Amino acid sequence: MTEQSENNFEQCIKCTVCTVYCPAAAANPLYPGPKQAGPDGERLRLKRPEFYDEALKYCLNCKRCEVACPSNVRIGDIIQLARIKFSRKKPGLREFVLANTDLVGSLSTPLAPVVNATVAWKPVKLIMDKVMRIDHRRTFPKYAFGTFESWMRRQRAAQAAFPQQVSYFHGCYVNYNNPPLGRDFVKVMNALGYGVQLLGKEKCCGVALISNGLIGQAKRQAKVNIASIREAVIGRNMPVLGTSSTCVFTLRDEYQHLLGIDTSEVRDRIELATRYIYRLLSSGEASLRFRRDAPKLRVAYHTPCHMEKLGWSYYSIELLKMIPSVELTVLDSQCCGIAGTYGFKKENYETSQRIGEGLFRQIEASGCDLVATDCETCKWQIEMSTSKRVEHPLSILAAALE
Amino acid sequence: MKFDSVIVGGGLAGLVCGIRLARAGRRCAIVSSGQSALHFSSGSFDLLNALPDGTAVTNPAEAVAETIRQAPEHPYAKIGAERFAALADEAAALLSEAGVATEGTTARNHYRVTPMGELKATWLTLKGYVRSEDTATLPWRSVALFNAAGFLDFYTKFLADGFQRMGVACEVHTFNLPAIETIRKNPSEMRSANIARVFDREEHLEALTAILRRETGACEAVLLPAVLGIDRYDAVERLSEALGRPVAVVATLPPSVPGIQTQIRLRRCFQQAGGAYMLGDTAVRYEMQGDRIAALYTNNHGDIAFEANDYVLATGSYFSQGLVAAMDGVREPLFGLDVACAADRGAWYDRDLFAAQPFETFGVRTDDALHGLLEGRPVENLRVIGAGLAGFNPVKEGCGAGVSMLTALEAARRILEK
Repeated sequence: MTEQSENNFEQCIKCTVCTVYCPAAAANPLYPGPKQAGPDGERLRLKRPEFYDEALKYCLNCKRCEVACPSNVRIGDIIQLARIKFSRKKPGLREFVLANTDLVGSLSTPLAPVVNATVAWKPVKLIMDKVMRIDHRRTFPKYAFGTFESWMRRQRAAQAAFPQQVSYFHGCYVNYNNPPLGRDFVKVMNALGYGVQLLGKEKCCGVALISNGLIGQAKRQAKVNIASIREAVIGRNMPVLGTSSTCVFTLRDEYQHLLGIDTSEVRDRIELATRYIYRLLSSGEASLRFRRDAPKLRVAYHTPCHMEKLGWSYYSIELLKMIPSVELTVLDSQCCGIAGTYGFKKENYETSQRIGEGLFRQIEASGCDLVATDCETCKWQIEMSTSKRVEHPLSILAAALE
Repeated sequence: MKFDSVIVGGGLAGLVCGIRLARAGRRCAIVSSGQSALHFSSGSFDLLNALPDGTAVTNPAEAVAETIRQAPEHPYAKIGAERFAALADEAAALLSEAGVATEGTTARNHYRVTPMGELKATWLTLKGYVRSEDTATLPWRSVALFNAAGFLDFYTKFLADGFQRMGVACEVHTFNLPAIETIRKNPSEMRSANIARVFDREEHLEALTAILRRETGACEAVLLPAVLGIDRYDAVERLSEALGRPVAVVATLPPSVPGIQTQIRLRRCFQQAGGAYMLGDTAVRYEMQGDRIAALYTNNHGDIAFEANDYVLATGSYFSQGLVAAMDGVREPLFGLDVACAADRGAWYDRDLFAAQPFETFGVRTDDALHGLLEGRPVENLRVIGAGLAGFNPVKEGCGAGVSMLTALEAARRILEK
């Protein structure tokens, strides 16, 4: 019942546990906190919509309140649904640009060297700060010269030759910013005896559209994705794997909970690549051979918020532990502060960095060579805010293969 | 996922059991549906403050035999009077090794100060918290009591009145800092944990030190609400040194900073011993083979089962839904284990709110080895520990933490001895 019921604010027993684990309330006094913004406020909003508080925009949608709640109240969903339903603030140009990762990505990749140099240039950053209120202190993710999809199209025949097949939801980040991660995923799957296929049609999962209030567009894109996923899962009996914890979380849970799109038929077949690979390896269906000559690598694993909510960091951690050259420490699970596009906004920059402080300190003190994490925006935030490089667990795994 | 032991429930009982097993080299996982009742901790751990008939207890080690005589279904009866004191000492040592420093002994209760300004018997109190060896007064004749301006979860008036009844003079002060004013902008989040985060930062603790130095008059001790840091444990000692007199803290209304700190430390200890702690996940179904549990499934892990030789149920009582009360009875929702519960609903409650409430003693029935029972038959590889057990009243007997930790260690001992 607790998993399925839509708006279960009445299950809140006012215990205050969620307020302890909210990174936003701890860093920003303007945010009323998960208890007040969620179940307490819901009582009032149901009575009169005017009780809606625009300060709910400071919620990071990290869902750490839900993970902490002993009564399984869907606090994060209640807050996001209230924003969707009641917010009167219209998204502006900034929200459109930040949220349309697909559009901006496809415009940028053909001109990547120029775009990367331009947005890294101080005067441009200052103009973006002044005109669009995108904070000038933020380092922007670099675009790749050529997309992952165009590379994959050239691999079609080679991938089709594998006896078993999976489909891959690569996400905007792999497509436009980090195609090497996608190639690492393909390399690992191939080593396991699996070929990789693209979905019939893939749009951005829409997580940034949802958080920026572009709900109509989010729903349209979600429908395209779910149609493609149905075709892969039901039509061709293939699982759909992702490498981004946020994309996978959005497809599995946010579509159903926030956009009202029925995903029940396919949800269980959408999963994180590390979970799928863990299952193959632990059941003995497949195996991997690691290089013996690899130098020791001290890796610190960071659990992204949506990974914490999925509860799946165990799989990524276990895969990293299998690599003989890796010496792993697991960092305390805490928010890095970026929360997708949240930290790019000028008014959130300070809060964002304050939230991440504890994590940054722990990373610097860990003595690691490298941070591993399953989320691209955590990677940007940690690379900008610490001295360490960040890689996806699958990239570390791919580099360790024989 | 294959483990030696899987524990459902990540509060005090589950963590203590998990730490004991993981330190013995067992591969353990804890699945916890949300954070635990430790978030309501008083800063003390009770072992046994009163017999089931209400007689006050001063020496729990001695009184346990009489407790078992009066309440033969008491969880302490499963441990046995002979092993009780040794397990209690083991629990205290485990806390200390996990970095949860406490004071107190198994042979003699001491007294803690409640947020209402009363003295209550207890077994172990976190270091730095107000405690007394005397049933009727504090160790000091005069104290200065400070509260953060605008912090409403700490009632200085109740405390001061209580202290005065004990013959302790009490001056009440408030302190303010810019960082606390910042939190106060948001009245709904002016809570203990957020104030404590302020004092995690060195400059704010220093600013507080300066205020206390300036404003503390000629009193013997300085008392504060327990909000002096979540990541740090040295604040009381530091203030005490700076002020040249004893400084101690009193627990506030929830969320409980001492409880949060205890939860964090125990979890870290479990993870450092190699345990996997899975928060925010709910065990939903299981498979049996004969009288044994073969696999456990959770919401988050879907088709990937938890498989283990031993399972431990530490899901707690009503608060954490380890027990669920419905119109027709009290259920244990995961395994559907046998629950001791009065059949007549009218007999669940005493109309006097402050009397011992019968529903408090309802809980999961076990055999003497703490195996859960399914229709009277013990499940061979399932032990039940902690607040969800039948046969005791944690409030009236003051034995909640003791039952959680001692049954946890007893179950771990039996699993390891097999």
